[in-house]
Amino acid sequence: MIRKKKDRSPNEINAGSMADIAFLLLIFFLVTTTMDMDKGILIRLPPWSEEDPPDVKVIDRNTFIVLVNARDELLVEGDRAEIGDLKDMAKEFIANPFDRVTLAESPLKAVISLKNDRGTSYDMYIQIQNELKAAYNELRDEEALRRYGIKYAELDKDRMKLIKKAYPQIISEAEPEDAGKQS
Amino acid sequence: MAKFKKQRSAASAEISTASLPDIIFMLLFFFMVTTVMKDTTLKVKIRPPEATEVQKLEKKSLVSYIYLGPPMQAIYGTEPRIQLNDAFAEVKDIQPFIISEREKLDEKLIPFMTTSLRVDRKTKMGIVSDIKQQLRKVNALKVNYSTKVGLSKS
Repeated sequence: MIRKKKDRSPNEINAGSMADIAFLLLIFFLVTTTMDMDKGILIRLPPWSEEDPPDVKVIDRNTFIVLVNARDELLVEGDRAEIGDLKDMAKEFIANPFDRVTLAESPLKAVISLKNDRGTSYDMYIQIQNELKAAYNELRDEEALRRYGIKYAELDKDRMKLIKKAYPQIISEAEPEDAGKQS
Repeated sequence: MAKFKKQRSAASAEISTASLPDIIFMLLFFFMVTTVMKDTTLKVKIRPPEATEVQKLEKKSLVSYIYLGPPMQAIYGTEPRIQLNDAFAEVKDIQPFIISEREKLDEKLIPFMTTSLRVDRKTKMGIVSDIKQQLRKVNALKVNYSTKVGLSKS
């Protein structure tokens, strides 16, 4: 500015194209960018062992059996069920608020056994995983609210561990069957 | 144009565009910071299932991706295929793939390695179970099923 006043000859670099260059870069990043897509359901697989898993005797009332067939139909504890009811059923089973003899003795002993068919769709499988996870998350939330008055996700690490200990998430997955091949 | 106007009226009534590059740069930096480069070209179609109980994947560098879905080009058929890096693969290629991914990392970071399964929702569980078994054999136990955030079913 001062220079301009001194001599009118245009000696400075023209910055008018700066915006164009920046636009070019901007468009490049817009095109190469991928938003989100890195969210998902985290699980932990059991370690591999060559021998068959030992027959752990879990008393029947402590196992919550979820079966899915190749037509994506659910069988929960021997009865047909809809995916929308799975979460509430699982919650009732784990927490057992009315001390029923058919449901889990305590959340510590509750085991969810999940078995699917090789023909089950991945969508259905994810939905079941999601519902079971939701059941545990809600129970943990309720417990955290009862104990500390805040939600589970807002707790500090030590308290989170305590809640996690009270409601361990034990989901056992059996090797899928290949029953639905002919259909 | 500018000259034309100036000649007509000496008073500079136009808006200064001098700050335009700055604004564009700001946008540019925003995208540069939030961006994740596309590292692979997808050869399979993937429509991820929806879920509500999702967790964010942390530490991008510790994640290896396995894609599974029907091929984009019809000549490869319609059966779901596995894609590792940029090429189609078979179930038996998963173990070497995970091992090679592991070798790139620092030793103390290995327990935090996660495998992200990006699977099309129409896929049958059979091939997914095969992949899971391979992952178990190679001791890559942290698995993330990639999903979209959806509405609750109940």
